[in-house]
Amino acid sequence: KGKKTLFQHLVFLEGSVFTVAVASSDQHSPITAHSGSHKATDHGSHNNTGKAFPVLDLNYENVRVPFEISLWVLLASLMKLGFHLVPHLSNIVPESCLLIVVGLLVGGIIRGTGETVPPVLDSKLFFYILLPPIILDAGYFLPIRPFMENLGTILIFAVVGTLWNAFFVGGLLYGVCQIGTESSSILSRIGLLQCLLFGSIISAVDPVAVLAVFEEIHINELLHILVFGESLLNDAVTVVLYHLFEEFSGIGSVTLLKGFLGVISFFVVALGGVLVGVLYGILAAFTSRFTSHTRVIEPLFVFLYSYMAYLSAEIFHLSGIMALIACGAVMRPYVEANISHKSHTTIKYFLKMWSSVSETLIFIFLGVATVAGPHDWNWTFVTVTVILCLVARVIGVVGLTFIINKFRIVKLTTKDQFIIAYGGLRGAIAFSLGFLLNKEHFPEREIFLTAIITVIFFTVFVQGMTIKPLVELLAVKKKQEAKRSINEEIHTQFLDHLLTGIEDICGHYGHHHWKDKLNRFNKKYVKKCLIAGERSKEPQLIAFYHKMEMKQAIQLVESGGGIKMPSAVPSTVSMQNIQPRPSTKPAPERAIPQLSKNKEEEIRKILRTNLQRTRQRLRSYNRHTLVADPYEDGLSDLFLKKQKMFQIEKKMNTYLTVPAPPPDSPTMCRARLASDPQAYSIKPASNKVPMIQVDLASPQSPDSVNLLDEFGQANQQEEEEQGLMMKPPSRPREAKKPSEEDEAKDQQRLMRCLSDPGPSADEDEDGAFLP
Amino acid sequence: MQCISFEQIGVLHKRFKQLSHNEETLRRDHFNEIDDLAFNPIRAQIIEAFFDRRNFHQNGEGKVQEIGFEEFVVVMSHFRPPSAHMTEEQRGKTRREKLRFLFNMHDTDNDGIITLEEYRHVVEELLSRSGTLEKETAKCIADAAMLEVASISVGHMEPDEFYEGITFEHFLKLLERFEIESRMIIRFLNMDTTTLCK
Repeated sequence: KGKKTLFQHLVFLEGSVFTVAVASSDQHSPITAHSGSHKATDHGSHNNTGKAFPVLDLNYENVRVPFEISLWVLLASLMKLGFHLVPHLSNIVPESCLLIVVGLLVGGIIRGTGETVPPVLDSKLFFYILLPPIILDAGYFLPIRPFMENLGTILIFAVVGTLWNAFFVGGLLYGVCQIGTESSSILSRIGLLQCLLFGSIISAVDPVAVLAVFEEIHINELLHILVFGESLLNDAVTVVLYHLFEEFSGIGSVTLLKGFLGVISFFVVALGGVLVGVLYGILAAFTSRFTSHTRVIEPLFVFLYSYMAYLSAEIFHLSGIMALIACGAVMRPYVEANISHKSHTTIKYFLKMWSSVSETLIFIFLGVATVAGPHDWNWTFVTVTVILCLVARVIGVVGLTFIINKFRIVKLTTKDQFIIAYGGLRGAIAFSLGFLLNKEHFPEREIFLTAIITVIFFTVFVQGMTIKPLVELLAVKKKQEAKRSINEEIHTQFLDHLLTGIEDICGHYGHHHWKDKLNRFNKKYVKKCLIAGERSKEPQLIAFYHKMEMKQAIQLVESGGGIKMPSAVPSTVSMQNIQPRPSTKPAPERAIPQLSKNKEEEIRKILRTNLQRTRQRLRSYNRHTLVADPYEDGLSDLFLKKQKMFQIEKKMNTYLTVPAPPPDSPTMCRARLASDPQAYSIKPASNKVPMIQVDLASPQSPDSVNLLDEFGQANQQEEEEQGLMMKPPSRPREAKKPSEEDEAKDQQRLMRCLSDPGPSADEDEDGAFLP
Repeated sequence: MQCISFEQIGVLHKRFKQLSHNEETLRRDHFNEIDDLAFNPIRAQIIEAFFDRRNFHQNGEGKVQEIGFEEFVVVMSHFRPPSAHMTEEQRGKTRREKLRFLFNMHDTDNDGIITLEEYRHVVEELLSRSGTLEKETAKCIADAAMLEVASISVGHMEPDEFYEGITFEHFLKLLERFEIESRMIIRFLNMDTTTLCK
């Protein structure tokens, strides 16, 4: 325990040192620090005549900007690190709150040292650098199925709900300003349009805040997608309203025509954004079709095209967020079919990393910006705003749910409504939009900013902190953690086809019919264009199955060779139990030699150490070949050993493995290209490898390990027995061919596994490949 | 126990007449004439489900060659959405009904058990329209699924025991989390006005 507290102290010390560094580095005059440069004064000289050559020089100005940026990012990351070291803090307080507090502290320190606090939450920085990674992360990993199923509900909440909020808050605020205060006070000078503009800024639910808070409470998928989808889609409404009211405030006159144009512009903004996103998504998918020889830059295409989509939409004042979401969602199934496993992992981790850093920075900057001001605190305005926001949200949600429930099959209960209303958090987008306001047109800008910040603080702190205990209290259904099973996948597909068929019989073209038509169109035309080679024909069920199998194989290898049950349900059922017993052939008599525990331990140790050694020895410094050359000395032998070990694992496995697909099937090609472009031919299995064969009598009893010929040659008859256990005896003797392909596949798999840092076991936000 | 409204019966009757060319009964070849069904990989099973006595709620067994309007409606009623105010018991009953329908579709030989062969057939049919019929893979997917059912339902089995097949109880347990009562629904049967219990 002492070590832990010491470590915490160190982290916080580092953090505080960096804040001071950040504070001092923001000075505009170049630092002539005396502490570090005494050497320079020794050797250098400041005389004008005969200047000596400066051996050690100090020039801070050149690196100032990147230096500061790096310091901020470092600070953010260290803070994030620190919170998780403090034992119970992260359970009580959501991360966003802590980060805002840190931002406040940093701002306070900077102000305390007498410096001017830098305007860190500059709108340009926010909208072009900090926001896109978070939205791309959300869009790329958006669960398409629940999103589409609830699209109507989400759209109604996003569009109608936001409009209602904006007008309600804006209108009532104006009323309060006019009526409730004296005519000389500053409030009464705020016009209706300004109030409406303020209302539209403050009414949008913020995706960053929602993500940050909802991540930690693990509610069920439906609620999560409703609130989150709403926060994403209301961007279009916010953009339109903002520009509309800004225009009107500038010009001063409102005509019906302008109002009508406003409505039209909403559709243009929303649909235009989506269109831009889809275009770029298709481009990205098409590009990824040809990247099989340059795997290294595959992730870059994904990021670049998405960012370009965002920026392109921003050029035309379309909704950049919707463009980004559309781009990510559209390109994902095709890109994932084309890229290598490693690129997929890279994309995932980079997106997570960037979005995490962005989120952290946003909250810290919010804190700093709060300290920076400029503020104009007005009790009436602020309190009325907060109250109105809450009331508007509740009324909006309840009213809309009442209407929506008439059309929904799975109705939203009161509990659901409460969570949706309570989860309407405001965040940095509102602040940045407020910050963008022009001071000349809006003399009351500071009042607005103060109010916005107060609302943000209120929602993030109060609502953010209390939502978790409330979820527990109300016993809201939580996210189901169980893995997707193959049976559910089969029945999902079955049900889809069944419902489509029934709809056709009814003669009713419901949404299953259209979904089916879209899928068929997709399969027939789009996939052929956008997916390279054979992969375009692989049906979803098989893709799902291979994916599951791969995950399982990786798990097995990572567990280091233990006899572990990979399935979720511990059971002793094995393949033998379900194979129909043929009536003619008698059960083969097997004399299973008893193996002592020692010997078994020894075997396991050999396997484990071999695996560890290979991990350490894998070298890949060359950017062009990311996998170790299989022809490198010694490595191939190790690989063969691994491969044999893998075969053992497969037999110990109670879960089924598919016999290796033929070498030029889509999966095999992908596996091959993915791991190593050079490894097209496999070295033949050497005969000198120690072979251990395990019979799957019962995986629990270690006594059934059957040790053949430890150092002798691999005997051929073992090929016959070897085959995969699930073959019914009547099957023709093609045992040889599958086992060779087996080896090839295992080797490929192993190479992929070993050179891959390994996805963690808790990753599973990406569902099946296709919606 | 399924309640259907007047309007829905009217619509279905119109459709029935249209499909049967104004005759009194529907036969299999009437279904074969529906063009949109041609693309469906499991069309054979869907059509069979209409002629399966087990789906007529009369505790019958076996197949018929032609069905009247009443049977048509009864089969369709399996896809009715749950009404807004359902007790837990009613919801459970609806679940059982719908899952029973699915079960009957899989269990083609009427013995009350989905054997490995039958399940393999299901998966093969699912993959049949997808272009590449990888029979081996289909078989292994079915085997894996069967293994999972056995693991969940029976748990512990000796090496020489044999798992006969999926019984209805096992099937229920398997698709526990599936929320079938909200998924197996045709929306157009959602009109909820005056109800007439059949």
